[in-house]
Amino acid sequence: MIRVVLPHHLRTLAQVGGEVQLQVEGDATPRAVLDALEARYPVLRGTIRDQVTHQRRAFLRFFACQEDLSHESVDEVLPSAVASGEEPLMIVGAIAGG
Amino acid sequence: MSSARVLVGTRKGAFVLTSDGKRKKWDVSGPHFAGWEIYHVAASRADPDRLYASQSSGWFGQVIQRSNDGGKTWAPVGNKFTYDGVPGTHQWYDGTAHPWEFKRVWHLEPSLNDPDTVYAGVEDAALFRSADGGQNWEELSGLRKHGSGPRWQPGAGGMCLHTIILDPVNPNRMYIAISAAGAFRTDDGGKSWLPINQGLKSQYIPDPNAEVGHCVHKIAMHPSRPDVLFMQKHWDVMRSDNAGDLWHEVSGNLPTDFGFVVDVHAHEPETVYVLPIKSDSEHYPPDGKLRVYRSRSGGNEWEALTKGLPQENCYVNVLRDAMAVDSLDTCGVYFGTTGGQVYASSDAGDSWEAIVRDLPAVLSVEVQTLS
Repeated sequence: MIRVVLPHHLRTLAQVGGEVQLQVEGDATPRAVLDALEARYPVLRGTIRDQVTHQRRAFLRFFACQEDLSHESVDEVLPSAVASGEEPLMIVGAIAGG
Repeated sequence: MSSARVLVGTRKGAFVLTSDGKRKKWDVSGPHFAGWEIYHVAASRADPDRLYASQSSGWFGQVIQRSNDGGKTWAPVGNKFTYDGVPGTHQWYDGTAHPWEFKRVWHLEPSLNDPDTVYAGVEDAALFRSADGGQNWEELSGLRKHGSGPRWQPGAGGMCLHTIILDPVNPNRMYIAISAAGAFRTDDGGKSWLPINQGLKSQYIPDPNAEVGHCVHKIAMHPSRPDVLFMQKHWDVMRSDNAGDLWHEVSGNLPTDFGFVVDVHAHEPETVYVLPIKSDSEHYPPDGKLRVYRSRSGGNEWEALTKGLPQENCYVNVLRDAMAVDSLDTCGVYFGTTGGQVYASSDAGDSWEAIVRDLPAVLSVEVQTLS
């Protein structure tokens, strides 16, 4: 089971309280996690990555195990601590704006 | 008894204001979608309980919300806005070619007779339609594929399609406006489009007869006379008596002919409202006085409406979708400011009062007349 932490506005949109727990088939890559997340919460389609190009939205970052994974390939396998559920994958909104 | 419901979109959420027909006491609900930019909230005229809202964010993109109970509860619907085919390019600010990129929905216009059909005007400029209550969106790409598309360019606020007017008599006719491309009309239900910018003169375009490139801020029409259009352009208030085929200026004695909003009295097709704003770089009311101007002669002769509006130290703006009229017996007029006030007049503009203050900056105001 993979744990995902969403930013506040996306938790509200998806109507979830805390972390989201997802069953991911195959390798635990960012792409697979996002596929599973969007399959379970269709309302999140387009809010984290573009619906057509699947490009990560510019003001969002993917953090895990104290590392910024945003610029890694979305097909790179996530750290084993994330895959095992020991650590969450954090989807973080950039600090900006008023 | 009739009543009014005002739908307010702001930089940080949506608000719904309700009142009885006297329009003196208002209940405010919201913020809905707190923290998100709500460019527009629009109501179906076929089903007054059906509302649509454009919810967007620089972080999370575009969401469309729908209400089936007049704004008490909302649910997200489809948000996939995909341009038809290869989008191509338009002009960027520096004149270079720039690829079309979807950014947000500026304006939602529900069909006049089907609550499930709704049009969306988006940035980068294009027109989309949903026929299933907002679940799925399809581009009416004849507009963007008009041969002038590569010459369209963004205004300071982005290359937005901000005005959609449906002809109440001819279901195949609709008008749209884009900043800064100009106004367009379709007579075949959106398949093909005609630029309708003859007569517009824009100082920033060297060609006085330019087909496109005009920074149209808003167009308004009275439903009883669908061939008569009023336009607030970047500069100049304009009028057309032939469905946009030719425009002539009706700025007359306005203190400045710059502004964003324009609207028409619900019962008097020759009574028009604008709100002059000082330009080109300041974008607040002239002399710090918030004044609506009303013409009862279809333009040219304008009177300042000031009663109840601040006449000193007022430096707000009123954005292009932030004025609306109701159709109660004495026409109500409403506008919202970037300072977070929504002002209302229940006597066609003679007097005003703030029906809510201190909201986030107001992006849009619509009103429903409910029976």
